[in-house]
Amino acid sequence: MDFGLSEEQELLQATVRQFVGRECSGTKLREHFESEEDRSPLLWRGLAELGVAGLVVPEQHGGAGLALLDLALVAEVLGHGALPGPFLGHSLATLALVLAGSPEQQRRWLPRLAAGEGLGSVALAEEDGGGWQPEEWAAKAETTASGVKAWVPAAAAADLLVVGVAGGRLALVERGAKGVTVEPMAGADRTRRAGRVAFDAAPCELLPGGAAAAPRLRDAALVLLAADAFGGASRCLELSVEYAKTREQFGVTIGHFQALKHQLANMALEIEPSRALYWFAAHAFGALPAEAERAAALAKAHLTEAYMQAARDTVEVHGGIGFTWECDVQIWFKRALFDRAFCGAPAVHRERAARLAGW
Amino acid sequence: MDLSYGARYDTLRAEVRAFLASSWPPAGQGAALPRSEQVFAFRRRAIAAGYLAREVPRRYGGSEQPADPLAAQVIREEFARQRAPGEARGIGTMMLVPTLLERGEEWQKEKWVPKSVLGEYLWCQGYSEPGSGSDLASLKTRAELDGDTWVIHGQKIWTSDARRADFMFCLCRTEPEASKHAGISYLLIDMKQPGIEVRPLRQMTGGADFNEVFLDGARTPRDWIVGRRGEGWLVSRTTLKHERNSIGNAELLRMQFDALVALARRARRGGLPAIQDADVRQRLARIEGYVQSHVYSGYRQLSDDLHWRSPGTLALMNKLNYTNIGQEIAKLSLDLLGDGGLLDPTGHEREPGEPPQGAEGWLIHYMASLGVAIAGGTANIQRNVIGERGLGLPRDSFAQRSR
Repeated sequence: MDFGLSEEQELLQATVRQFVGRECSGTKLREHFESEEDRSPLLWRGLAELGVAGLVVPEQHGGAGLALLDLALVAEVLGHGALPGPFLGHSLATLALVLAGSPEQQRRWLPRLAAGEGLGSVALAEEDGGGWQPEEWAAKAETTASGVKAWVPAAAAADLLVVGVAGGRLALVERGAKGVTVEPMAGADRTRRAGRVAFDAAPCELLPGGAAAAPRLRDAALVLLAADAFGGASRCLELSVEYAKTREQFGVTIGHFQALKHQLANMALEIEPSRALYWFAAHAFGALPAEAERAAALAKAHLTEAYMQAARDTVEVHGGIGFTWECDVQIWFKRALFDRAFCGAPAVHRERAARLAGW
Repeated sequence: MDLSYGARYDTLRAEVRAFLASSWPPAGQGAALPRSEQVFAFRRRAIAAGYLAREVPRRYGGSEQPADPLAAQVIREEFARQRAPGEARGIGTMMLVPTLLERGEEWQKEKWVPKSVLGEYLWCQGYSEPGSGSDLASLKTRAELDGDTWVIHGQKIWTSDARRADFMFCLCRTEPEASKHAGISYLLIDMKQPGIEVRPLRQMTGGADFNEVFLDGARTPRDWIVGRRGEGWLVSRTTLKHERNSIGNAELLRMQFDALVALARRARRGGLPAIQDADVRQRLARIEGYVQSHVYSGYRQLSDDLHWRSPGTLALMNKLNYTNIGQEIAKLSLDLLGDGGLLDPTGHEREPGEPPQGAEGWLIHYMASLGVAIAGGTANIQRNVIGERGLGLPRDSFAQRSR
């Protein structure tokens, strides 16, 4: 029995944490956030050098051969730092190939994706709120793909898209292929920019194991979002506590006031125990298949809701300054909006959890 | 990560099951004994087998096992499954025995620990007073020496088990000249004496779990003191390395949650089972997120214990988390009861550790969840602890000033 992290896992988190602190904290993060163009590909190259791009890719294809839990631990650190970039889409694209690709597809793509030479992403949501779940996918694909997908992470920079298509299957489309048009979408979260991708008889290949892997891919997305949310919510709490220890009113730091102290304690209580919820969901994905789907649904619903509330509380704790564009709190606030809505809001996954329990 | 217990503990589990199969419930002559005698006899056997009183040395009636939180967990699970008596309930085993083992004189340990461990001696705790709740150190009950005897005057309140208890461990002011915390001593008092009057306090649930205790010239020998004069506050803070963790109360929450789901299946809403109602499903799944967080955090703390990692701030949150989740369960149950919420539940108290049954049982739970928020450090005090010790926020200025 050990429901805790190994030394290697702690080292992995520490390494990524150090990278984030060095490459993208403070004004550097702000520059990314303000910039009109997406500058995150530079950061991504650095993360790929640390091995993050191929974490779940088998060693024979040049990856680290680790599990979803390890990927989720990285997601937590990136969420904590609000690191801009294509981590989420790329991780899911590599996972789709690992779970469902033919040996030839894996040989062709995985080494490039693992090395960070190619960037992957996933196109899941149907346009106009048509749905994120495999059973809702409507884009058509056999040897060519047709349809429109929204909220594709890093759509403009990706080389390869894993597209959710009708019948709950998965198709590979190269972004440069003819018939593929990408336009940016105005997303609130500027750390994870997304685009709309239209496929007009674009050449594609189906992933042979796609239909079986699609729900698993969705579950992995939910776990990674939950992990990002935990990291972000923890950061919100840290920002709030820090502010309470420095801001003075009535001649003392405001952390002396019990009203605020209790608000911060309540925040901590919503956040810290939920770490184990995302750990469990990530662990179950690989080790406890019977529990994995429901655990992922509950973790995503619980943690992204907790993150949103933590971000709201953090604005409130900061007072007027928290409401300004200038204050960095909005970066996490908007990341919380993304984590909450991407792949379906908490209510969607609670209803799924209810159904899965046989209620 | 590995959530299995491993071969060594599977073996232990089989051994515990075999032990229980031959020991509980008692057969033959043992079955004819009164219930309390059955329990004492069973505990003696369980201690001899190394399953109970594991942290207590053999010479004081314990089984003196090496600290092993996972073994303790396996034993608890199996005892619970067989509904066999576990460690003696009550404040004596939880607080007095560890305190005596750490701070008591040799003769005190020999006199009190063995029978307390078996449950033959029942203790009550004389801490809170009418004017001293969260600010416990302001207590006023005074003890003065008359030759070789302490004579005690004052009043204690919220005292569980006081009517049945054999002894009380009691904080008394013995050094009136000293500062607030340094004037207190930790005395042991025989409850069966003329200077003590116990009056039950009736709760809003109709039951009377606790009492007022009036000490009017109660007497206790000079050497029935743990630690030195004026050290009582420190003695009362004694904490030991325990095999305990939050898993016990997480399991309790899980049982309550399962009972809530069963209630939602029985209850009706709009002519259909309430569990088919979209709002009820959302609320159930939302609560389950909290229940599971607490359960898995329990695993996390157990693992941290096993691998000598610091549990961090999580350990400070167990009580408030348990309180909050229990209240959410209680609130949804009231919505599911419908007209059942009009009933008078008075007299439907339930055994600790049993999930609520029936409308009255749920109403009792609805009220009792408030008691949980107050007993053993109120929710607001818990928030102070999390804020100050967990988050490093400045200490309350009033609390500091009154030291």
